[in-house]
Amino acid sequence: MVSVKRLVLDVLKPHQPNALEFAHSIASLAKDYRVDIQVQEVDENTETLLVVIEGEQLDFERISSTITENGASLHSIDEVSVVGE
Amino acid sequence: MSLYQIKTMLLISDSLGIMRRYFVVNGFDGALTTLGLIMGFYVSDRVDLLVVITSCLAAALALGMSGISSAYISETAERRRNLAKLEEAMLTSLDESNHARSVIWIPWLVALVNGIAPLSIAMIIIFPLWLGYRGALAGLQPLPTAAGVALVIIFLLGVFLGRVGGTFWLWSGLQSLLVALLTMGLIYLVG
Repeated sequence: MVSVKRLVLDVLKPHQPNALEFAHSIASLAKDYRVDIQVQEVDENTETLLVVIEGEQLDFERISSTITENGASLHSIDEVSVVGE
Repeated sequence: MSLYQIKTMLLISDSLGIMRRYFVVNGFDGALTTLGLIMGFYVSDRVDLLVVITSCLAAALALGMSGISSAYISETAERRRNLAKLEEAMLTSLDESNHARSVIWIPWLVALVNGIAPLSIAMIIIFPLWLGYRGALAGLQPLPTAAGVALVIIFLLGVFLGRVGGTFWLWSGLQSLLVALLTMGLIYLVG
């Protein structure tokens, strides 16, 4: 059994939903998810985010589909922390 | 579709303000049109009350249908254009996103508000006419009573606008009332 404990994602999203609502929608996927967002660049219609997600067992598929539902696109996975149990 | 999704779509499409605006603008249309009809019948004198009710009801339905169809067509076009611009900026398709869903659902919501506002307000104004027709208006004259209800609604719409805009509510209410009284005066002169 392998658990993903930490993900750092490079995400491009529209201005709406804002960073707070975006973080909220990811954090609400599980009770122990912690989401930190740093807005790195703001464009006319979009913004680039560095999204750090931590939890006991991160579900990447659900995180990815939540990102897509919010109109954002995942550019790259910049860091991962995975534990084999 | 969940309540959360509807809330998210309203949020990302920034539709609450638009719906509020449409409600007041088209509600005002409904109230003023019905008031105009009532005033027209009043100055014509001796018009059967059933004819007045039917005419007002027909106008209310037409306003409702016009509100729904016009808002749906314009909102859909506007939102499709915005989505295309956003997809261009994102360099990807947003088909699976709430943004794309909102292009389908939000125009319906906005259209319903735009259509229901004049229809429901006109129905409230017509209600005293119907009561008068049924002989349940306790001695009051149906047409002046309905006109009074219309004036109260127009004043309240003005008050609502004042509160939204952060201006003095009584002033904006009186402004709306003035427009209605001016309309009544013009119809009286024509009649």
